[in-house]
Amino acid sequence: MSGLDLPGDLGLWSVLLAVIGGAIRVSTPFLFVSLGETITERSGRINLGLEGTLVFGAMSAYATAVLTGSAWAGVAVAGLAGGLFGLLHGWICRLPRVNDVALGIALMLFGSGLAFLFGKAFIQPSAPQLPAIPFGSWSDLAQVRAALQINVLFLIGAALSVFLWWALRNTRIGLVVRIVGDSTDAARAMGYDVDRVRLLATGAGGVLAGIGGAYLSLYYPGSWNEGISSGQGLMAVALVVFARWNPLACFGAALLFGGAGALGPALQSVGVSQGYYLFYAAPYVLTLGVLIATSSPNHALAGAPGELGHAK
Amino acid sequence: MVADTATTDAASADGAVAAPRAPAGLQLRAWAARRAEAAIIPLGALALGLGLFSLFLASLGKSPAAFLDLVYRGGFGSSFALQNSLQRAAPLLFAALCVALPARLGLVVIGGEGAIVLGGLAAAAVATPLSGAPGSLGIALMALAALLAGALWLGAVGALRAWRGVNETIASLLMSYIAIALANHLIEGWLRDPGSLNKPSTRTLDEAFRIGPLPGLEVHWGLAVGLVACLLAWVLTERTTLGFAARIAGGNVRAAQIQGLPVGRLITGFTALGGALAALAGFFEVAAVHGNANGSLVAGYGYTGILIAFLARQNPLAIPPVAFLLGGIEASSGLIQRRLHVPDATILVLEGLLFLLVLMGETLYGRFKVFSPHLWGDKQAAAGLKPSGAPAP
Repeated sequence: MSGLDLPGDLGLWSVLLAVIGGAIRVSTPFLFVSLGETITERSGRINLGLEGTLVFGAMSAYATAVLTGSAWAGVAVAGLAGGLFGLLHGWICRLPRVNDVALGIALMLFGSGLAFLFGKAFIQPSAPQLPAIPFGSWSDLAQVRAALQINVLFLIGAALSVFLWWALRNTRIGLVVRIVGDSTDAARAMGYDVDRVRLLATGAGGVLAGIGGAYLSLYYPGSWNEGISSGQGLMAVALVVFARWNPLACFGAALLFGGAGALGPALQSVGVSQGYYLFYAAPYVLTLGVLIATSSPNHALAGAPGELGHAK
Repeated sequence: MVADTATTDAASADGAVAAPRAPAGLQLRAWAARRAEAAIIPLGALALGLGLFSLFLASLGKSPAAFLDLVYRGGFGSSFALQNSLQRAAPLLFAALCVALPARLGLVVIGGEGAIVLGGLAAAAVATPLSGAPGSLGIALMALAALLAGALWLGAVGALRAWRGVNETIASLLMSYIAIALANHLIEGWLRDPGSLNKPSTRTLDEAFRIGPLPGLEVHWGLAVGLVACLLAWVLTERTTLGFAARIAGGNVRAAQIQGLPVGRLITGFTALGGALAALAGFFEVAAVHGNANGSLVAGYGYTGILIAFLARQNPLAIPPVAFLLGGIEASSGLIQRRLHVPDATILVLEGLLFLLVLMGETLYGRFKVFSPHLWGDKQAAAGLKPSGAPAP
């Protein structure tokens, strides 16, 4: 080992620490979007527009935080805006013969366009940031302290994934969402308004995606620009397939994706500058690999909602 | 409408009992009504979109009239503007075909952007070692490299769909991001021209490898090739057994399999063809516009192409006029930014809005009696006129 010229005493450990810390930092938007999409897909619909919702959430949160001086007001506005986008998707999907996948692409363009348009004025000013809790203060290593600087939204997301996992199994609302997602006919026979349940499930999914966007602009990376999401919303949709529509598994999958996303910056921080762009492509490659590994040509995946035609 | 002729042909070919045919005059009227429906609903969505967008501009304190005037002047009002719009329409033709061809099989492929970028990169990459070769050979090999790169890139997405059941929409977009990362890596690494300091690019092509303008125009040959590609794509999808088989597979996979159609190969073939065509757009951007491969290849043509394909209802012959219209709107973007003092994303908002309304328009097909010959009430005629309105994928 003596031949290696590694910075500091930690060497490769610092890369590992940076990846762990990065996983926690980067995973939060993945977590929120994938939880939102899980609710939507469990009701039998797919919303690819969450990418646009994420971007618009990031912009509206940042703008609100700049204007009001409160980061939490930004989170609230982002959730509200995301909910409106979700309801728009759900409402248009009620019309017969409207393709939900194509509509998602349209909303992705529309949401990003609106965000870029209104966000132009907010690229320069700086907004108050969301608070983080220093879980690493016991350590005197700077890397450990940096890695364990954990944002409140991450903790909320973790709690939410446990709650949703429980609620989908054990509450009446969870049951109704699952029935609607598994069999339209059964739900109609039981007297549930299928379209309304899906409308609300898509709206709820939008709220969570909007909050995920707020995290992007108000904590990490912590600024607003047009390249802020670059497909994270879509990766999160793919991640739902990987997590088999299970909110608890979404948490683990989001951490994994966060770690992949943190690999590039972590290696760069120790001086590995070769293949910069390739490391940044790691999450996309990982997502694709996971999709290939978890898809099946013959049968619907275990845990897949029965009415979900496109996710197979 | 399209499915009707196909089923009738198939029925008569089999010697099965054909439905009684309606009188020729009525047939013609029915045909015209269905064509009119396919034109009027998207045009109505377009008009409504422009109307809503005008309201939106007015609410921002900008004049909608000034906006429309600028779109006209920037995109269509002068010979210069027209040529500019046509120049922008050229890559859009290919990008839209990349969506429309797989759509025949009911697939939504949105990764055209990646195929465009890789096509341009592949063309630039083979041009460097070929330096000094005869121009026509160089151009042919560059085009071939682009076609291959695009076909492999998106053909892989089709193959994954066919044999692993991987969602093609998400997979193609991920492949697009990976393609862009790969292109950035190569343009800043192995393929970089050491002389390109501020803007990393590949080596500039030999003058002999550059593609010039069409005779008498300033628009490059990509436009002509794109128009021919649209025509051929129409022939392929509407007038060949292969296209017919693809439509069957798009309508009902199980039925197609029972018929013994090679569904997996059809899916792979159509996505690969779409990828190859998108890559040609990248080839023309490199050989006719930029002269090398650089970051400008990532220009969003792939995304506009999705919108065009859906506006054209996946009909290859409807793609050119729609691409020309969208090309014109995008060409006027700079003028609109400067004169109205609005960000460039304004055009993106307009495009997103149009996309939403066009998709909502899908719900109107078959709802109007005037467009639906089977509702015209003439019993004798109704026997020969089946309902229209096969939903677009």
